Amino acid sequence: MLLQTAVSATAAAHPLVGTLASYVWLVPLLPLLGFVINGVASLFPAYIAGPTDPSQDAEAGHMHPGDAGYGHPPVAPFYARLSTVVGPLVVALSFLLTLGILAAWLAASPAAPYIQTYGAWMPAGDMRIDWAFQVDQLAITMMLVITGIGTLIHIFSIGYMRGDPGYSRYFAYLNLFIFFMLVLVLGASYPVMFVGWEGVGLCSYLLISFWYSDEVNANAGKKAFIMNRVGDFGFLVAMFLMFANFGALDFAGVDAAVLSAGQGSAVITVICLFLFLGCAGKSAQMPLYLWLPDAMAGPTPVSALIHAATMVTAGVYLVARSSMLFALAPAASLLVALIGALTAFLAATVGLKQWDIKKVLAYSTISQLGYMFVAVGVGAYTAGVFHLVTHAFFKALLFLGAGSVIWALHAAYHHTHREDDAQDMRNMGALRHRMRWTWVLMWVATLAIAGIPFFSGFFSKDQVLESVAARALGSPIAEVSLLGLPGSGVLWFIYALSLASAFLTAVYMTRLMIYTFHGPSRVGAAEEPQVREAPWVMTLPLLVLGVLSAFGGWLNLPELFPMGRLHVLDAWLEPVVGAARDRLSGVDIHLSHNTELALVAAAVAAAVLGMLVAKVFVKPEVLVPKAQAARSRGFGGVLERAYSVDQGVDRVLIRPTVTFSRKLLWRGLDNGLIDGLLVNGSAVVARGFAWAGSRVQSGNVGSYAWIFVAGALVVLGVLTFR
Amino acid sequence: MIQEALFFSAVLFTIGVAGVLIRRNAIIIFMCVELMLNAVNLSFVALARLHGTPGHVYVIIVMTVAAAEAAVGLAIIIAAFRHFRSVDLKNINLLKG
Repeated sequence: MLLQTAVSATAAAHPLVGTLASYVWLVPLLPLLGFVINGVASLFPAYIAGPTDPSQDAEAGHMHPGDAGYGHPPVAPFYARLSTVVGPLVVALSFLLTLGILAAWLAASPAAPYIQTYGAWMPAGDMRIDWAFQVDQLAITMMLVITGIGTLIHIFSIGYMRGDPGYSRYFAYLNLFIFFMLVLVLGASYPVMFVGWEGVGLCSYLLISFWYSDEVNANAGKKAFIMNRVGDFGFLVAMFLMFANFGALDFAGVDAAVLSAGQGSAVITVICLFLFLGCAGKSAQMPLYLWLPDAMAGPTPVSALIHAATMVTAGVYLVARSSMLFALAPAASLLVALIGALTAFLAATVGLKQWDIKKVLAYSTISQLGYMFVAVGVGAYTAGVFHLVTHAFFKALLFLGAGSVIWALHAAYHHTHREDDAQDMRNMGALRHRMRWTWVLMWVATLAIAGIPFFSGFFSKDQVLESVAARALGSPIAEVSLLGLPGSGVLWFIYALSLASAFLTAVYMTRLMIYTFHGPSRVGAAEEPQVREAPWVMTLPLLVLGVLSAFGGWLNLPELFPMGRLHVLDAWLEPVVGAARDRLSGVDIHLSHNTELALVAAAVAAAVLGMLVAKVFVKPEVLVPKAQAARSRGFGGVLERAYSVDQGVDRVLIRPTVTFSRKLLWRGLDNGLIDGLLVNGSAVVARGFAWAGSRVQSGNVGSYAWIFVAGALVVLGVLTFR
Repeated sequence: MIQEALFFSAVLFTIGVAGVLIRRNAIIIFMCVELMLNAVNLSFVALARLHGTPGHVYVIIVMTVAAAEAAVGLAIIIAAFRHFRSVDLKNINLLKG
């Protein structure tokens, strides 16, 4: 193939050359192809408006029972059917190819990452940045998550987005997202990664404001995009600093250069802090987390794929990928962990009082991302990636389950022509009788995220907590001080926050389940019989994710639970992050059996206690539907309004900026100085000259003669007397 | 000899210029223009005595042009008089900007 001829000479010696792994360029290319096809398809109307087309306005489009064609779905022409096939298929093919690459890797088990170069991107002076992909254990893990979960969510979307006028456009964006996400994890250098990083940000924007005719959605997209720009500024500055100090931007080059720079050097710490600013933007950590709850304005499968499973974990991937940098800056690492723990705790408290089912999940995602940053912050990179993977399983399941519920309620509302909030839990209740599959599978995910033993989340969360405790007990990172505070104290504080978050996670998730599926029904007498389980195309992905959520823990079993091969993921990622981890954890630090047992017991106790507390204190019987609900008061109201951070930012930052821009920059500088003085001012001067000139032209021949003679005398005088 | 001729020419020319500038009557201004032309003719003739024949040739050309100009100028003045019922230049200012 064309691209293969450009493979560089250094890679030619790699054991993976000639195997399926040399087709790695095809993995992102397939979704890009899907984007092109679906993008062309989206230029044609996807649906011929049918009787129940949601794009029709409430009165005009609705038919009534007894009308001919009542209840029939809108008619899909060829192009919509094309998207139905192409959209999921390209991602599924990418997934199969990734499996093939995994098999090739396992068969060859190469010692070094496989780097494939396609050409020079920025050959400028000393700088040489190639279009290059790097296949290693971390990249393969991320690719499996992206394409695997991506395939399931694409399939789910067929059902969820059916009948939407933007059906093909939706699949085009989703395919484009998968492409950029794969570029992000495959890039062999920071700039190539940045291309993917920006690309997923673009797709996130496009998909959050997918239903752009609603101003709220358009604003949510803008908010996400602008907040991410703040983070991207950090990423960019980090890259500039890397190039200025190390003269390299590819992962291998930077890793080699930083090792010679030495431990705790100020440059590396600054680079790490700027990198983390980028991570905080992309992964919704404090202080840049505000966009994620608003991002729920997009279609629910998008929330599952982009804002839970893949894109928001890019920050965790970046830290794991730059593990050597962070390991050499222990103070920065500690700060990462601390911010992660604070984010995890505060987001979990907000999750306690949200009514919108997707908002609960959004704050839960922020909280779980905080966990991942705790893990990668303390140098437990494998634990972070492990939690990333299991979180992708159970959070995608939770979002898709919520999508099922919203879809079913929306369909029921549609049937009875009711205009109400299909996402508010106060309008739900007792759905377990109507949606058996969704109910059971969401419980699986809830148990997993709460950390009930032997579900996937239990193992990953436990490994995170255990790593923090182990670091606090004695390790190089416990020796550093953060703003004068001793490292071990900060680590214990992080541990306490994480444990409290685990407790809160169990509470808010159980609350969500009770309000949605249990207790009395608040759906409405007319709608209740219309609520039914989503079609198989939507429940099947749920089922697969349910199995993964239940058994995902087997990816990385600890010694305490010898139920299969131990530490599979640990051993798999060891070549990528092992050296960095040892710098933060110290070599040969092992917890005693009893300590480990105590830590597991604490985590399980937090989870079980949380669920019991929720069972006792959550009272669906006294809940009233949203329309009749009173405003929450007291601390509950504070939590419901998410500590009013949005309003605070609005008042402190946004409104002064807008006022400043309007009053000074627009009215003062633009209208006043530039338009008024410079543009109109020069016109006034020209007009003045013109006026003066026109006065001279009196039409009186006599005065012309005077001027003529005067001019002639001047010329004559000059010629005579010079 | 030459000084007197040139001085006389300059005086004539200045009288012409002053007439053009000061007077308002179109006929008199026209006569003053003729006066200026003839002042120049006088200096041509005077200088031709020093420098040779081309000066005489120019005098003939100027007299021809003056004759043509008299025809055109008087025609314009007559036309202007018909239009404005006056040959006073104060009243003729339609080209005012």
